[in-house]
Amino acid sequence: MATNAIEAIAGERRRVQLAVSGVSKHFGGLCAVEDVSLSVAAGSITSIIGPNGAGKTSLLNMISGVYKPDTGTITLEGRDITRARPSEVAALGVARTFQNIALFGGMTVLDNIMLGRHVRMKSGILSSVIYWGLAQREEVAHRARVEELIEFLQLQDLRKQPTSALAYGLRKRVELGRALALDPKVLLLDEPMGGMNQEEKEDMARYILDVNGAWGTTIILIEHDMAVVMDISDRVAVFDRGRKIADGTPGEVQRDRAVIAAYLGTRQERAEAAE
Amino acid sequence: MFHSETGVFKTSYAADMALFPLPVARWAIAGLAALFVGVVPLMFTPYLMTLLNLVLIAVVGAIGLGILTGYTGQISIGHGGFMSVGAYTAANLIVRLGLPFWLAIPAGGLMAALIGIVVGIPSLRIKGIYLAVATLASQFIIEWTINHVTWISGGIEASIQVPPPSVFGWKLQSPVQLYFFLLFFAVLAIVATLNLMRSRIGRAFIAIRDQDIAAEIIGIDIFRYKLYAFAISSFYAGVTGVLYTYYLGIANYEQFGIDVSINYLAMIIIGGLGSVLGAVLGAAFITILPEATRLFLTDFGGALFSPDTIRRLVPNLTLILFGGLIIFFLIVEPEGLNRLWRNIRNYFRFWPFSY
Repeated sequence: MATNAIEAIAGERRRVQLAVSGVSKHFGGLCAVEDVSLSVAAGSITSIIGPNGAGKTSLLNMISGVYKPDTGTITLEGRDITRARPSEVAALGVARTFQNIALFGGMTVLDNIMLGRHVRMKSGILSSVIYWGLAQREEVAHRARVEELIEFLQLQDLRKQPTSALAYGLRKRVELGRALALDPKVLLLDEPMGGMNQEEKEDMARYILDVNGAWGTTIILIEHDMAVVMDISDRVAVFDRGRKIADGTPGEVQRDRAVIAAYLGTRQERAEAAE
Repeated sequence: MFHSETGVFKTSYAADMALFPLPVARWAIAGLAALFVGVVPLMFTPYLMTLLNLVLIAVVGAIGLGILTGYTGQISIGHGGFMSVGAYTAANLIVRLGLPFWLAIPAGGLMAALIGIVVGIPSLRIKGIYLAVATLASQFIIEWTINHVTWISGGIEASIQVPPPSVFGWKLQSPVQLYFFLLFFAVLAIVATLNLMRSRIGRAFIAIRDQDIAAEIIGIDIFRYKLYAFAISSFYAGVTGVLYTYYLGIANYEQFGIDVSINYLAMIIIGGLGSVLGAVLGAAFITILPEATRLFLTDFGGALFSPDTIRRLVPNLTLILFGGLIIFFLIVEPEGLNRLWRNIRNYFRFWPFSY
């Protein structure tokens, strides 16, 4: 009985939550993503790695609806989101952060994270204008959730600071907070540790693991730091020149010939380079 | 004045999110209310009341333009057009159907909002200066339409006379009576906007201004919210047009030309973009500036110029001051009068323990 329950939970965790199948995207003559398929299990951490220009960010952009794929489909929990607009994808529970931080500079940390609650709030124009009553109750209720996140990310002393005045690592953390405020099912992180020092990277890795552990959020991240990627990922997908060249557990990927060739070159190329 | 946070402790989110979280600010508001309701109407001459009334009308319009341009980042050079839409809608309803002011004002606003939405549709595709040109086109299209369609403009010189607003059977005609009428709407506009901007919709507007792609990624339907901004902003413009019509007793499209649109842009730039207080200060500043220039020159210019020269100098000097001030604020203090006020206030924030 107990083992059945555990298996049921394990089965639930293996359930495919996000499925990308046969997706391609061309920009004029440039082929950014070519026939990529990827299935992401609910509650897993999947890393996408690869050299610059491999199509990693383009894939995230297609999942979040910024780009529309030329071919192929993307489904979230069986629902087709291939042609959905970014705001619709967000409302379905997909949040993301950007490679080069995209915070609302003039706003405070608090307002930035409150904005993450946008799709979870309902007040319309009229109730906002009147404010006292409906809108105020909603603001206060959602503020409570935002404060939880502020505490989780240890941003308490910065809540009323404008984000443009914050240090780089802190801004990355605020952006994570804004994404988490959506209560996402799937969290897309584009180089969450890019440009950070070792200590900041460790903090960020801990936040990612905590989010995954505490709320069961499915996480897809693009990252260049191999040590972090191999440490925290359940699965790793390797991209090169728009194609997915390998996909598996960190151990499998590290032994993959195609991956080694993409990162280190083939024996022949190395010999040529040495000459 | 002593905007001090020292010794103020908030114990609930509601208190922290209040419009005026500090007791001193609440006292200041009470003081201002007493001043404008009790003292000003008694102390001011009819001439000053007239000037103040024009400021109050401009406050509504400037706040409205501020929502669109200052908060949402969509430039409009067509607000004069929206004002005339409101003015003629209300004037027609008042004259033909005998509508009271409390129906005519929202009706004028709603019609302007409708036209504003239509003008806002291109904002999905075009941004910045291109959108500005599209709104400029709307200004001329609206002017032309009103001027040429006699069913709207009433035929004779495209103007419609309206009776003064009546409240509980009282006809409001003197500057003081109109002052209270206009004050009510100015305060309503201020409070409504402050509320709007501190809730979900207002935050979405600012998000679109700061980072439109990020705004969309976190779930804001950009197109819909840009149209909201156009609708709300032109609603305010429409109401401004109706108030102006009541104030003048006549609706006339020449009162809402391109120069008016630019004047309102000047108000929010000089006052400070993205701030309600800035819009209020800018509206007062720009409305009073020409009169102040005239008074100053007629009182003190006699030593340097002949009365005839002064009469010809005044309108030109106003324009020079206008242009000069806009350039000055864009270069020296892009955040406008509002920023100057904030600098003063922040100095006292932790008073007397600022270090």
